[in-house]
Amino acid sequence: MKYISPLESPHHNTPLLQQWLQQMHMDFPLLAGLMILAITSLFVLYSASGQDIAEIQKQGLRMGFGFFIMLFLAQLTPQMLQRWTPVLFVIGLILLGLVLVVGVQVKGAQRWLDLYFFRFQPSELLKLVTPMALAWFLADNALPPRPLKLMSSLLLLSLPVVLVAAEPDLGTSLLIASAGFFVLFLAGLRWRFMLGASFLLAAFAWPIWQYVLRDYQKARVLTFLNPENDALGAGYHIIQSKIAIGSGGVYGKGWLNGTQSQLDFLPERHTDFIFSVYSEEFGLIGAILLILLYLFLIFRGLYIASQAQDSFSRLLGGSISLTFFVYVFVNIGMVSGLLPVVGVPLPLISYGGTSIVTLLAGFGMLMSIHTHRKMLST
Amino acid sequence: MRRVQLKDHIAESRLFTNRAIFSGFFILVLVLLVVARLVFLQVSSHEHFTTLSNDNRVKLLPIAPTRGLIYDRNGIILAENLPAYRLEITPEQVKDMEKLLLQLGTLIKIREHNLKQFKKQLKHKHKFDNIPLRFRLNDTEVAKVAAILHRLPGVQIVASLDRHYPLGKTFSHVIGYISRKDIKDLKNLDATNYIATNHIGKSGIERYYETELHGTVGYQQVEVNAQGRILRTLQKTPPTAGNDIHLSIDAPMQAIAEQALGEFNGSIVALDPRNGQILTMVSNPGFDPNLFINGIGYKDYKRLRESKSRPLYNRALQGRYPPGSTIKPFIGLAGLKYGITNEHYELFCPGYFIIPFGEERKFRDWKKTGHGTVDLDKSITESCDVYFYDLALNLSIDRIQPFLASFGFGQKTGVDMPIDNSGLLPSREWKRRKKKQPWFPGETLNTAIGQGFLLITPLQLATGTAILANRGKRIRPHLVLGKDRQVATPTEDPLLAKVQERHWNYIFKAMQHVIETPHGTARRIATKKYSIAGKTGTAQVFGIKQDEKYDATKIAFKLHDHALFIAFAPVKNPRIAIAVIAENGGGGGSVAAPMAARLLKHYMARNPK
Repeated sequence: MKYISPLESPHHNTPLLQQWLQQMHMDFPLLAGLMILAITSLFVLYSASGQDIAEIQKQGLRMGFGFFIMLFLAQLTPQMLQRWTPVLFVIGLILLGLVLVVGVQVKGAQRWLDLYFFRFQPSELLKLVTPMALAWFLADNALPPRPLKLMSSLLLLSLPVVLVAAEPDLGTSLLIASAGFFVLFLAGLRWRFMLGASFLLAAFAWPIWQYVLRDYQKARVLTFLNPENDALGAGYHIIQSKIAIGSGGVYGKGWLNGTQSQLDFLPERHTDFIFSVYSEEFGLIGAILLILLYLFLIFRGLYIASQAQDSFSRLLGGSISLTFFVYVFVNIGMVSGLLPVVGVPLPLISYGGTSIVTLLAGFGMLMSIHTHRKMLST
Repeated sequence: MRRVQLKDHIAESRLFTNRAIFSGFFILVLVLLVVARLVFLQVSSHEHFTTLSNDNRVKLLPIAPTRGLIYDRNGIILAENLPAYRLEITPEQVKDMEKLLLQLGTLIKIREHNLKQFKKQLKHKHKFDNIPLRFRLNDTEVAKVAAILHRLPGVQIVASLDRHYPLGKTFSHVIGYISRKDIKDLKNLDATNYIATNHIGKSGIERYYETELHGTVGYQQVEVNAQGRILRTLQKTPPTAGNDIHLSIDAPMQAIAEQALGEFNGSIVALDPRNGQILTMVSNPGFDPNLFINGIGYKDYKRLRESKSRPLYNRALQGRYPPGSTIKPFIGLAGLKYGITNEHYELFCPGYFIIPFGEERKFRDWKKTGHGTVDLDKSITESCDVYFYDLALNLSIDRIQPFLASFGFGQKTGVDMPIDNSGLLPSREWKRRKKKQPWFPGETLNTAIGQGFLLITPLQLATGTAILANRGKRIRPHLVLGKDRQVATPTEDPLLAKVQERHWNYIFKAMQHVIETPHGTARRIATKKYSIAGKTGTAQVFGIKQDEKYDATKIAFKLHDHALFIAFAPVKNPRIAIAVIAENGGGGGSVAAPMAARLLKHYMARNPK
């Protein structure tokens, strides 16, 4: 049998690769962007880990697992996802409750469930299941939601938020809250309601912060946001991080040549502060290219959501995309000294398995929304 | 349940799109904010952060220079740098520290305090830092450890240079010593140049020529990581070693002088009157300067501090002694110069002197029976006090004081040493200022026989003798050769230049008679090989009452008279001038003069011209 190259094939107006991707329910632009990110991540990690190839292999395996989860979720139709949402949500809440009772304590916070063969963080699951649950709840009725519906959704949202905050993990709790808020916002939450809410928040929060809380309490609140770093430690981190980014300049010091990271001055350099390593070695040009890549993924996500044909898919897809942006913004803002230090990894670049699996699962759902669209319309 | 409102799919889709577009704009605004921040960090503040980044990673490590050596005039080494070995351990390379320490304990002696110090540092230092366990390993210990060093990972033998004074005690007061620098020293030092230096000259030549001996610090620019581990050397500026110093001292003669003084406390100073080079400068007793280098032990220091003979006290420069009769040639010369006396004037010495029209106080001669009829020559040869009482009375302190000052008495000698005591040359004005009293004629009499207020240091006495030998040409005593031609050239003194040649000759002749005539007080050191001009002195340590007689057997040794002797040789064109002071030595002629003779014998044999 003669081999026929894709270009010579009779179907060359619908390329073979695209056909194959459609069959696999993959969205090519998203997949390409994620792959580039993953490869970039491995290169930066190689530098940040002090050229430890074993660590790179481990991270590669985790990524492989993440991509597998993405592939799996993309096969499910949005309708299946919607159907299973209430079950998943209830399971998630039960697991959160379990964490509080029998969870493993690490650094003063109870976030992990020990499943004997691996440790599992239920709050990660809720990062995805919470917007799903809200989208499911709101999609039932006409949008924008009526006040009663809105109140019920807020109550629904408050369940995981409060449970995660009780671990305590205020950072993740706020991220879950924002994922939920994005669903509400995309569902058409009234501007006047948002204005009123933010006015109320500001009206109370500022005087309380300024006059009621004492310095040590403020410090405690800040530490509460990120228990791994006390105020002093965080200060050192930020100084070294700014030195790393700033000394990188426009063109960077070159791959494997960042002195701040290679000589151990930069703490947490393969996890939360990996952007500093990246910017030191690849400079402003590299940083802007990376941000553009992120923007591409986010806008692609928003586009997919807007093209979706049902409210659940729209709201879920939009929330996933916006939450992804929040991760990027908070991490880069934090390492460059714009925002306080809160433990948020740089999506898909930082070392570690949990966040990669969660994020890629989100992209799997986006792909599912996009690739099952046409079938629905027929 | 009933549906209150039907879903309007198109409207909901439009609503979502609007919200999504709004979010997109909001995202763009935030991204621009982040990019602006990055531009600020990486473009506007780039230089600032580059500096900080380099400050982080580049450290300057100073390298101490090697200290200059000190030699005597013959090239004999007096201060050297000997290699010293210490054993260091790098903890991160050691698997089982306890086992290693036990193993090392079988090879070398490890004392309790070594272990204690080591374990203390082990806790506080980095795992990659070298921690010293033992200092100053001897050759056997070095050999034992070196033989199995390859089986002891983490163990190193490190060589460094330690100061050593091979002639120890003999040169303790001249060379001085170096010791660990302390906070007090830091104030006076160039902190940058001394940053890697642990030792600094504390006394003697080591202190006076500190800058010269020290050298210039070198630097090594190294890259370090956040823990301070040195990764590589970027740049190296080697240190410049300190200059070597050659002393004018003759080491064998110095040793002879030390031996000559023997058990006596005291000092011998000899110098070359032609140029002021100090040939010998001994202060007895000395001490072992090697004890001080790495911090003297409490016991040793207490022993030195509390010793009655005060070994840390530099008698040659700090000791203030009455010159006794050794001052007489100078007073005699003044008498001749001012015409108070002449070569022919004689007087009768009954053994005492009474100031005419003065108080009924008897000024006694050391010889109770008196010297009979004496002229100036005989007064110097036999050391008659009465003649000088008479002479002093007519000279007056107002002429004696400036005349003695011309010989350097009462003034700093200008020697290149950290200490330079000016002694005490009294004057009418000094008495009024210090004692709030007028000058009494009796005090002039005491001054003329080298007692009373007049105090000299041994170096001053030797310098005065050298100026006398030079016929009034002043010299500046110094210890280091080749420093400055100006220093080594004798200079005219305006007052002494007016002294007639025959007056110098007369005094020299009289001083020669001290040695060469049967009545001379130093007749026992006479030699045919060369001519010597000298003068003995016996200085009272405590006052004897009017009708008492000094009896050495009856009084405690420490109250015995000091024995003094000055000399120069040969009389024509002198090449050496000596001053000897033996504390509580008794007689100048019997004790001090033979000491000088030993030095003269050595020097004249070695330096025939």
